[in-house]
Amino acid sequence: MCETRNRFVGLEPKKRVEALEDIDRRDFILFCTTIAATLGLEASWVPKIAEAVERAARKPSVIWMHFAECTGDSEAFIRSSYPSTEELILDILSIDYHETLMAASGEAAEEALRLAMEENDGKYIAVCEGAIPMATPPGPNGKPGDYLRVGGKTGIELAREVCGRAAAVMCVGNCASFGGVQAQYPNPTGAVSISKATGVPTLNISGCPHNVVNSVATIINFLLLGSLPKADKLGRPLFAYGKRIHDTCPRRAHFDAGQFVEEFGDEGAKDQWCLYKVGCKGPQTYHNCSSVEYNDGTSWPIKGGHGCIGCSEPQFWDNMSPFYERLPNIKLPGVEATADKVGLTLVGAAATGAAAHATYTLLNRKKFDETLKDDEGEE
Amino acid sequence: MGERHVIDPITRIEGHLRIEIDVEDGKVKDAWSSGTLFRGFEIFMKGRDPRDAWIITQRVCGVCTTVHALASVKCVENAVGIQIPENARLIRNLILGAQYIHDHIVHFYHLHALDWVDIVSALSADPKKTSELTNSINPNAPKSGPGDFKNVKDKLKKFVDAGQLGPFTNGYWGHPAYKLPPEANLMAVSHYLDALSLQSRLARMHAIFGGKNPHIQTYTVGGVTCVNDLNPDRISEFMFLLKEGQNFIDNVYLPDVLAIAPFYLDWAGIGGGLENYLTYGMFPGQGGKEPESLWFPRGIVKGRDITKVHPVQVEKITEEVTHSWYKGEKSLHPSVGETDPWYTGLETSKPEGKYSWLKTPRYDGMACEVGPLARMLVNYVSGHKPTVDNIGFVLGKLGAGPEVLFSTLGRIAARAVETKVIADEMGGWINELLANLKRGDMETFTPFEMPNSAKGFGMTEAPRGALGHWIEIEKKKIKNYQMIVPTTWNGSPRDAKGQMSAFEASLIGTPIADPKKPLEVLRTIHSFDPCIACSVHVLDSEKEETYEVKAV
Repeated sequence: MCETRNRFVGLEPKKRVEALEDIDRRDFILFCTTIAATLGLEASWVPKIAEAVERAARKPSVIWMHFAECTGDSEAFIRSSYPSTEELILDILSIDYHETLMAASGEAAEEALRLAMEENDGKYIAVCEGAIPMATPPGPNGKPGDYLRVGGKTGIELAREVCGRAAAVMCVGNCASFGGVQAQYPNPTGAVSISKATGVPTLNISGCPHNVVNSVATIINFLLLGSLPKADKLGRPLFAYGKRIHDTCPRRAHFDAGQFVEEFGDEGAKDQWCLYKVGCKGPQTYHNCSSVEYNDGTSWPIKGGHGCIGCSEPQFWDNMSPFYERLPNIKLPGVEATADKVGLTLVGAAATGAAAHATYTLLNRKKFDETLKDDEGEE
Repeated sequence: MGERHVIDPITRIEGHLRIEIDVEDGKVKDAWSSGTLFRGFEIFMKGRDPRDAWIITQRVCGVCTTVHALASVKCVENAVGIQIPENARLIRNLILGAQYIHDHIVHFYHLHALDWVDIVSALSADPKKTSELTNSINPNAPKSGPGDFKNVKDKLKKFVDAGQLGPFTNGYWGHPAYKLPPEANLMAVSHYLDALSLQSRLARMHAIFGGKNPHIQTYTVGGVTCVNDLNPDRISEFMFLLKEGQNFIDNVYLPDVLAIAPFYLDWAGIGGGLENYLTYGMFPGQGGKEPESLWFPRGIVKGRDITKVHPVQVEKITEEVTHSWYKGEKSLHPSVGETDPWYTGLETSKPEGKYSWLKTPRYDGMACEVGPLARMLVNYVSGHKPTVDNIGFVLGKLGAGPEVLFSTLGRIAARAVETKVIADEMGGWINELLANLKRGDMETFTPFEMPNSAKGFGMTEAPRGALGHWIEIEKKKIKNYQMIVPTTWNGSPRDAKGQMSAFEASLIGTPIADPKKPLEVLRTIHSFDPCIACSVHVLDSEKEETYEVKAV
């Protein structure tokens, strides 16, 4: 795995995927040659060879589930450029269940899901989009998970069925990976990640939504090597989430030089200075946005003049907000001479800052709720 | 009472939707539309920084991404009482316009086409005849030679022969309601594939000024942040992508609609449903005053009377929960709604039963349809020239009068016309932007102080219809936040008086050839382009008070 990763680490996204495709083709030719050499047998064996080749050429089955989400990650997935979306969803993968794309509805759709799971039992890739609401709604007939039902089944039931029989589970987006937008305080539906709801370990391509470059690289890695790429302790593949935004940011020099955008639209903004003071969460966020960018390398938020909101991190809705307030507990650099020292200090500061900030934000919001209640009480 | 049939999940939409129908004598006699996911946006909006609202509410929907962002920044700007710079207005118009081009093309080809196009039938098409058919409708059609269609047919054959049909598994192929000849099917399949790759490129229009797509990240209360992208390089990149989009709309999308429609003219008399059409209008002009400067006007067409557009009075909008999984009985304005999720299970067999997480919005007690058809009707009746011309062109080609618009087919035609009308206007906004930059105007942001307490609303149009956000600020935080979104209007359950909303009403009388394969239901439901994630929310305010409407 290391060797393969080394082959594409550092390459541009396009090149990286092309490099992986090359490996794919080379491996396939090698595979066919080996079969031919090994099975150089009588004509009566031909159908069996054909079958073997056909089986080898079978596209991997993907079962894509939608839970509590906004379909942003399906949209993100069909923004692929290399391979093209057409190649990706029709030639490389067999997308056997995907509610946004599939022709069948209702019973025919349920049947498609059943068939895909039976025919590819233990071999399919489950892709999950969306969190699982676990709470019980109030009311005469509320049961746990009733905030989401598809085809009459709760999200919990569906996720357990589908993930439990998959070869691998890949979560796309922050909702499936960590609970996402609906899991923010006070999490009214009890939304949790796929791994929490099912107990099945998942590979998490987080982001809000995720970057298709990263889901595609992960899938191709899996197809070639039969295993998932090496991940951090949050289940995110290191090739995409191994570095901090802040460390790879093209505006980093301005941070080190103490040159900051103080207000959107000011001269600093026009000169592409650092966005830290207008809320950028790059110092706390692990994601490869700056190197791969989005939409075929067109842009990414900081290039668009807006701070990072930390969307690849767990509970960023609570931990990274308010989004336009700077991170607490990070000492600002004053002069360029201390740049290196500043960078080093910040790594530690950010880590402790994250926990402190999370508590701070939540406390503040809880306090606000209480004041509101007090106000109402007075009326 | 007829025989009950359930379609759950309805696929090729955004979100989780269940439709139940009663079928009698081969026709839909009664229908129930249920949104089956609840996320609770307005609950967790409470207590947050109002500047963050757009970032959160954009996650309401990843398909009509950007439109919630827009409604939200507008509603906070309305509350704060600021006007954004002209450049910011133009960037927002360009991003909204790009949304329509992308979204409508994806809807027609990837979410809707398979209701009309039989992929399996395309396998028996003659590529040469397909080429003739395509060029007979549009001599400028790209990739329309016999060789092009042979390639697509070969690719399709290889795909089918491999035995892994992927997303096409279990479609209703061969259903008697499919009427296209094999050649028209092959033409449409070919364009389905072209559009798959095209949409990925078109989304780059958002990324240029929005940082990324889906979920742009360059809006902010007060304007936009993408000041560095206001340069000739980025603008020309945008223009060429726009041109590519226009080329596809003119030479593929509109011609496809005109080619397919004649085989399905019976659908110009099916799926009409409601008779009132509501739009908030969009694309503010110079100065940004609303509704006065809106390029797409705000208005209502009532009772299908296309001689008059009625003005919209925001305070006449109410929501109620008789058949929704919430407590409460009164019809309330969004600013004073009540909350209390109350789950009873699906009660579609009880006349008084609750069966959806969607609430039921009404305008002055009336059920209204929202979406491309509503916008095109209001534009048409208002005399909006590009709309009048393009609707006239399409109706002329079909040899029909405007009454055919009140139908499933009418929705499809309205959406295609709208895509063209908007795309053709965008060049003008780019020119305005360039003129500003030439003058040295690089303003993109209006500074402001967050007021201690304030109220505001922001209205715009999502591709699926009228979208409104309402905010109440207290102690510089969000005290109350409300959204009434398009599919809540269209897909909600009936109201206390038993009036159906658009989905349900439009299904009544629809012929069903085989209730086990309810293709006809999908046709009409998909013609609305449902987006359920948006629709499900909860109102959360305790005090009843009149809403102050502030004109910016």
